[in-house]
Amino acid sequence: MANVTSLNVNGKKLRVDVDPQTPLLYVLRDNLNLTGTKYGCGEARCGACTVLVDGQPMRSCVTPVARVGEKQVTTIEALEKDGKPNALQEAFLKADALQCGYCTSGMIMSATALLNTNPKPTRDEIVKHMNGNVCRCGTYLRILNAIEIAAGTAKEVAE
Amino acid sequence: MNELLDQLEAERYELFEGPAYHFSFNRRQFLKAFSGGIALIVPMSNLVAHTLQQEQGESGRNRSNERVPDDIGAWIHIDESGTVSAFTGKVEIGQNIRTSLAQAVADELHVPMNEVRLVMADTDLTPFDLGTFGSMSTPRMAPQLRKAAAAARETLIALAAEQWKVAPADVRIVNARFVNHDASKSLTLAEVAKGRKLVKTIPPDVAITPARDWTIAGTSVPKVDGRDFVSGKHQYTTDLKREGMLYGRIVRPSALEAKLLTSDTKAAESMPGVVVVHDGDFIGVAAPDLQTAIRAEKAIAVHWEAPGQPGNDELFDYLKKNATAVSRGSGHPVGSIADGMAAADKKLSATYTVAYIAHAPLEPRAAVAEWNDGKLTVWTGTQRPFGVRNELAETFHIPEEKIRVITPDMGSGYGGKHTGECAIEAARLARGSGKPVKLVWTREEEFSWAYFRPAGVIEVSTGVKNDGTVTAWEFHNYNSGGAGIQVKYDFPNQNIQFHNSKSPLRQGSYRGLAATANHFAREVHMDELAHAVNMDPVEFRLKNIKDERLKAVLQAAAKTFRWGGKKTDGRGVGIACGFEKGSYIATAAEVSVDAKTGRVKIERVVESFECGAIVNKLHLNNQVEGAIVQAIGGALFEQIEFKNGQILNGKFSKYRLPRFSDVPKIEVVLLDRKDLPSAGAGETPIVGLAPAVGNAIFDATGKRIRSMPLHGSGLSAA
Repeated sequence: MANVTSLNVNGKKLRVDVDPQTPLLYVLRDNLNLTGTKYGCGEARCGACTVLVDGQPMRSCVTPVARVGEKQVTTIEALEKDGKPNALQEAFLKADALQCGYCTSGMIMSATALLNTNPKPTRDEIVKHMNGNVCRCGTYLRILNAIEIAAGTAKEVAE
Repeated sequence: MNELLDQLEAERYELFEGPAYHFSFNRRQFLKAFSGGIALIVPMSNLVAHTLQQEQGESGRNRSNERVPDDIGAWIHIDESGTVSAFTGKVEIGQNIRTSLAQAVADELHVPMNEVRLVMADTDLTPFDLGTFGSMSTPRMAPQLRKAAAAARETLIALAAEQWKVAPADVRIVNARFVNHDASKSLTLAEVAKGRKLVKTIPPDVAITPARDWTIAGTSVPKVDGRDFVSGKHQYTTDLKREGMLYGRIVRPSALEAKLLTSDTKAAESMPGVVVVHDGDFIGVAAPDLQTAIRAEKAIAVHWEAPGQPGNDELFDYLKKNATAVSRGSGHPVGSIADGMAAADKKLSATYTVAYIAHAPLEPRAAVAEWNDGKLTVWTGTQRPFGVRNELAETFHIPEEKIRVITPDMGSGYGGKHTGECAIEAARLARGSGKPVKLVWTREEEFSWAYFRPAGVIEVSTGVKNDGTVTAWEFHNYNSGGAGIQVKYDFPNQNIQFHNSKSPLRQGSYRGLAATANHFAREVHMDELAHAVNMDPVEFRLKNIKDERLKAVLQAAAKTFRWGGKKTDGRGVGIACGFEKGSYIATAAEVSVDAKTGRVKIERVVESFECGAIVNKLHLNNQVEGAIVQAIGGALFEQIEFKNGQILNGKFSKYRLPRFSDVPKIEVVLLDRKDLPSAGAGETPIVGLAPAVGNAIFDATGKRIRSMPLHGSGLSAA
């Protein structure tokens, strides 16, 4: 198979030259310097590498770059608008929904995918959707709170 | 010397090891950054000097070249533009110490938070530090930085007073401006610092602001640099890139303790751009991209010889069989166990076990290493940048002055990132290839080649009177460790011992150390004793507690939990309390157990925590919640399975971590004691969950849980 030579990332068509089997994660991180997307497990079990491909959440660590083709890839780097955090990013800050922050990009990308299709999810729906994302620091309740703040369904903000 | 050796906990096994590799080939100036402005230097307090001696004496490494470079513990610099920089060797691992130390400085200097910048964990720029562990940053580093800031404040005030020709007492700092008595004149920090070049050493007795007068500390300041984390901009070690950098990969042995018999690296060496480094039992590759490095690593043919080794099915017998008589970390016997047993109405003996578990920080071990003119710079995620510098110096036979270790704020560690093997490997590949090399351990490498929380066996024999008085307490911990082994209960007769053993797996520090295991055994046993004398578990504990702080957390947790309420079918409640590293904790849990499947779910947790004066309630709440969630794994399902030197479940698809769906309703009750010094809070909140849950399971089912995680009970949390 021929090398993959271009990718649509964050609204731009970018030139690359990579083996088609290379996981998307490494193309983003090593070739395109988009390091907000993280490696955590390499087997789609922690969600740290989550990006959107045509709006769908994908684990980039197990997605060969050839499979992406012409589809639109969205990474954490695309979320800020005019140098300002978007509502979900603001909500993560407000809820103190992180400690070390290594899972945060993946959490935000997974939650973005959820809110795009289900703008007012119930807590159970959020848990179900987010259950493949691991926060080893254990800030899950705060992440739930953040997603609810962004969705406008939060009853209160955790202290 | 023995007194010094007793200071660090015995189960920090990883600090006693030699360096990871023996290769065959062959000060800092604090004020380098100081060009002008005002610098305030904190001399090493006796406490810190003492800690240093421990490190040098205890670690088992050749520390002869890890001398105290000079006697600076921390320092603060105010440059001519008025920017305040505080320098500390501590590491940010998600505990938000970058925020809380900046709060201390801002508070003492009377400047807003955003005027303070913290320079952390860079061996060329920051003072020596033992490491970020043991809940020491808040109780030890914060007061040091406060002293520096307080002295800076007084120095600046004196300079402003001199300029205005008034008495220092007539000058105040209000919102980062110096003002005179009637506020008719004012100067900024920059205006006072301008044109100065002043270095002052701070006497150790500088007064610092008591907690009740704090204005910035004690408030819920949001995470410093939080924006960089939610935008993906923060650069962890794994994200760094250097000009011409290669990607590394290591050829790992077939099993733990395996020795290399033969290897053939020819195929890998012939791959374009690939460098193979073979030095003793170390074989690694470096390549222009990671995929090539992986292919090269796989192209190397190796034969290893692995000795037969015990598996987890025989672990606890093995630990008992290989145990020493008594080890340090043991207490001195109190009273007489024989007398206590003779006075008892009932006697109870039980054995508790804890499994090996993995830290599994989401950012694996990683390092970027670069050699320039014989000087080595390594960026690496470690809780001990100065310790790693020492390991590098030993391994490469170069003085520490030629090594710089920098630790970017990291993807956490939980006690698992105290050692420098990844940094050494990256540096060896960089040396061999002549280029900067990045090495990021895979998740599987993390599980096999790092170290685990020690497994352990704990035997408890006790006597109790029918009125609930515990008369005898005999407690033996085999292998897991001595942290948190001493009791805060008022037991008249005690024999509490920790016994080292031979560990089949590499083991070491883990958040809270053995305090988790020892609290599990102790607090489950307390529940068993309460039931033996038909007493309510809270009442029974209170009967044996004189310590007011312990009593306060226990009562606070019981009250918020509504302990003693109505029982629901299929549900049970349990409680535990304790003390470790200067802070007090009580945890109450409610569980449901499915009668048919035996599936356990934690429904509700209340945890009360008291660590003296609270520095930042927001982040403290976050820490306590996070510790509870992390504790769920060790209590219910986390466990390393192994056999013959192989880790059998060393990946996330096989090793179950707590997830969103595991998290119960959590209520945290913080007791703020402004009259007491602040203790660290990153560890102790983890110790209460497992026994509280175990006791709740007993309440629900009548099945006594004596193992972490649950097994052999027919119950599961799968």
